[in-house]
Formats: sequence, C-alpha cells, structure tokens
Amino acid sequence: MAKRIEDLKILENKRITDDFFILELFSAENLTDIKPGQFVQVRVDGSSDTFLRRPISIHDVDFEKNTFKLLIQITGNGTEKLSKLRNGESLNIIYPLGNSFGLPGENEKVLLVGGGCGIAPLLFLGKHLKSIGYAPDILLGFRNSERIIEYEEYLKIGNVFLTTEDGSKGEKGFVTNHSVLSTAKYDKIYCCGPDSMMKAIAGYCRKNNMNCEVSLENLMACGIGACLCCIVDTVKGNLCTCTEGPVFNTTELKW
Amino acid sequence: MVNLGFSIGDLDFKNPVLTASGTFGYGPEFDDFLDVSRLGGIFVKGTTLEPREGNLYPRMAETPSGMLNAVGLQNKGIDYFEKNIYPRISGYDTNVIVNINGSYIGDYVALAERINALDKIPAIELNISCPNVKMGGMAFGTNPGSAREVTKAVRAVYGKKLIVKLSPNVTNIVDFARIVEEEGADSISLINTLLGMSVDVRKMKPALSTITGGLSGPAIKPVALRMVWQVAKEVKIPVIGMGGIMTTSDALEFILAGATAVQVGTASFIDPQASIKILEGIEKYLIEKGFSDIKDIVGYINRNS
Repeated sequence: MAKRIEDLKILENKRITDDFFILELFSAENLTDIKPGQFVQVRVDGSSDTFLRRPISIHDVDFEKNTFKLLIQITGNGTEKLSKLRNGESLNIIYPLGNSFGLPGENEKVLLVGGGCGIAPLLFLGKHLKSIGYAPDILLGFRNSERIIEYEEYLKIGNVFLTTEDGSKGEKGFVTNHSVLSTAKYDKIYCCGPDSMMKAIAGYCRKNNMNCEVSLENLMACGIGACLCCIVDTVKGNLCTCTEGPVFNTTELKW
Repeated sequence: MVNLGFSIGDLDFKNPVLTASGTFGYGPEFDDFLDVSRLGGIFVKGTTLEPREGNLYPRMAETPSGMLNAVGLQNKGIDYFEKNIYPRISGYDTNVIVNINGSYIGDYVALAERINALDKIPAIELNISCPNVKMGGMAFGTNPGSAREVTKAVRAVYGKKLIVKLSPNVTNIVDFARIVEEEGADSISLINTLLGMSVDVRKMKPALSTITGGLSGPAIKPVALRMVWQVAKEVKIPVIGMGGIMTTSDALEFILAGATAVQVGTASFIDPQASIKILEGIEKYLIEKGFSDIKDIVGYINRNS
C-alpha cells in the first residue's frame, strides 16, 4: 500500500533503561500493510539542531490495537527530544518505508541475530515468522547484563541465546562467539546490529553456506529514494538503503 | 480566482511552484504524497551522458537548519533516462525539466541535443554549479569565461527553453547572470548549494567522504534571497529563486524580491508535501492581499521602496 504521512498519537512513551525507550503509536489507518523490516521517518520538531527526520525501524505491530512500536536508543539531540515526548502528544511520521525481510524456505531453520539497538526490527520479524509456522531461535548480544533489553519479549517467540561482552549474563563475548553457532545448524540467519557485527555474521554465513539477510542503518535525508544519500555499495552498484533496503541479502553486498 | 501562471518565453507554467533538481527524484518517488501534476513544473535529478555512481558514503550531514550533501550526481545516464524514466514521467500534466551536467562542454552539448529530441521535455536546466564533482560542474559556473562558453555552446544546439542554474560560490553573481543572459539563456535559476563542510568531532574526521559538500536548507536562505534580489534587478529574463524555502512565507520572500517562480528543494525531504502546501499558501496570500495575478507581486519590494 501507499506510503503516507500522518500525525500519530503517542499511546505510551516507556523508558526501559537509561538510554532506551519505546514509543507506542496509534494510527486511525489500517496498519496491515506494514511488513517486518520496514521503517518510519520521524519528524522530531524541525528545529535548528534537529532539522531532518530520523529513520527508525518498526519494532512491533499490534494489529488489534492498531498500534506500532519504535524501540529507540538515545544517541543525540533528536532521540533525546523524542524520549521526552509525553503520552497523548502526536508525532509526524512517514511510513511504511523500505523493503522487508524475505521469508525462509519451507521447513528451514531460522536464527535471528541482534545486537544493541539492532534488535529492534527482529521482534516484529520473529513474531511474524512464528505466526506462519516457523520456530526461530534468537541470539542477542549486549555490552553487559544491565544493558539487556526486551529479553522477555523475545522469549515469547522462541529460544533466546545471550551474549554480553563482559560475561555478566549469557556467554561472554560477541554474538559471533556464541556456542550455538557451532552446535546448531541453521539455514537462514536474519541479522541487525552494529556494522562490525553484521559483517562478522555475514562472513560466518558465507563460510558455512547459509543464507543471510541484514538490515542496514545508513544516514539518510528523505527516506523515499529522492536524495540518494543513504547508498550502499552492492554488486548492482550504489543502491538506496531507504528504497532498495534496508534489508539486503549479504550476497548483494560488497562485504 | 487568481492567476498563478507565468511564462518563460512562450513556455507557460500553471503556477510558480517548481521542485529543485536532486530533491524530488524524477517525480514518481512523490506520487504517494501529492499530485505531481498540480505543480508548476518538476526539475528532475541531474543527468549526465554516462551513468555515474556518485561519491562514496557518507554523503550527507545534518547541520544547523540545513544539511550538507555530496551525492556527486549519481544517475544512470541519458540512455537509461530515455528508455526507462522518460516513458514513466512524460504523462505528468506539468513541465518536466531535465537538469543537465557534464565534465566537458561537449558533454553538455551532446546531452542538450539528446534532450532536444524528447517531445515532452520543454526545457533544460543547465547545471554549471554542482559543487560535488571533480570535473566540470561548479568549475563552469565560477569562471566567467567558462560560463559564457558552455551557455553559448548549448544555446547553439538547443531550441527549447534554456534555464541556467548559477552557483553562489562566486564573488559577484550578477556578472554570471549577465553573461548567461547575453549568451541566450531564457531564464536563470539560483542558487545551487553553498560549498561547506562539517567535522565529526567524535570520530575526529570529516563528516563527508568528500570533506566538502553543498549546503542547503534554511541556513542558506538569507544568502540565496540576497542573490536572487541582486540578479532579478539586473536581468530581463525570468529568475527562478531557490535556497532554503520551507514555507509559503519563504517562497513569497523570493517572489517579492524579484523571483518569477521558486523551486522547493530540501524541504521536500522533510515534508514531501511541502511544495503543494506552498502552492496553496501563495494562492491564499494573493487572495487575502487582494491581488488577482502573481505577476503583481513579483519584485514588489523593488517597485515600492
């Protein structure tokens, strides 16, 4: 369905850690066309220091309540301002944007791998996969136990494996070090997180002949394929992350 | 009813709200948000003879009330445009204008000849002001001799309306306006982006892969407005003003200062409907002020001060 620009009502702005919060937004429009992996462009306030929109991936969609959630990390002025929005206020959003994650093949074993804020699009994807009969495993990486977010939500989807860099919870190290990668056999991996993590997972998948999709987060202005700022170097040349992505199969990327 | 139309020679535009090249794709990118055919015209993405991949990522940085870009004219070239894009956009009921670019005068000439043959493209915008390419681009628009030469060469082969887009990165923009007018330009559009830069203090390196890039957005509006005012007073051909227009009021400033029409650029990134809102706002303003024709307010401040 068509991309649209709307003022959406904030049902809840929930702070979950020092630097993470979740905005739950209500739309009067039908949300059933939103697909896992898509993102929105949020207008902060258009003021001098937060002039451009902020691209944020869709964390979860509740089709019954007609709401969707954005999981946001405070990293600068824009996200700081968004964190202070109050319930009942509205937010100007362009959505749904970008492509979506592809489906696994029939009976394929699936692993979702997320790190830090990159876990955001994997919740909606995991729920969707579960609803259509897959049983995805989930591997999440955080810096330490205090920075673990949304763990219970992912538990509702399937087995959750954890790593922390300091070993305070789960296995110590990065997601690529987790033992599940050497003990279980997956056909398809979906990954979102820091570039270094996605590149490591892409390398692992290449070596083990697994299909891998990653969700990229490039700097962008428009989000609709007009400014050509968010390009990624692919085997087909420079492509816009906002319209040809944000999800790419790693065979397309020059990683 | 008020008359919003204007003309460049015998080419009529239904209203003075146009979109700036590089900020509106080819039009279809915005179909979900507005009826493109309501606009006075659309200036499509800068086109070159050969396909261009543009500059390396990162290509943009947010700056106070604006943004820097260093896209570098990424486009698929004129062959692809003719075959794949032109058929998709020639159905728009508005003036679709192609922004042309080159490294050499011969490139501009060859492109102008190709586009001259496209029935549904009534004009070109000669871009001698792109700050993000190593060869050509702004080099033509910041040297009076080159500006003259390229305008003359394109004029010789191009029979439809020739709009020349000027660079603000010069000491005296009026000199360039006069030169392109003398060489047969039908209209002048200004300003292209201002050369700027930004440093990422956390990473301790330039924000753009190219170090410098083009600054756009409200940050440049006062400079753009000053230049449009200076040029409009000195040339007889219509001036198309742009630079940081976000609102109706911004657009009106340019028109009152002498612009016959305006281009909406960076604003479309933030509000894809900005151009239409500005169009509706201008009409409302004219009605409220009791004017029946947009022409009555073009350059108004110059007539009454």
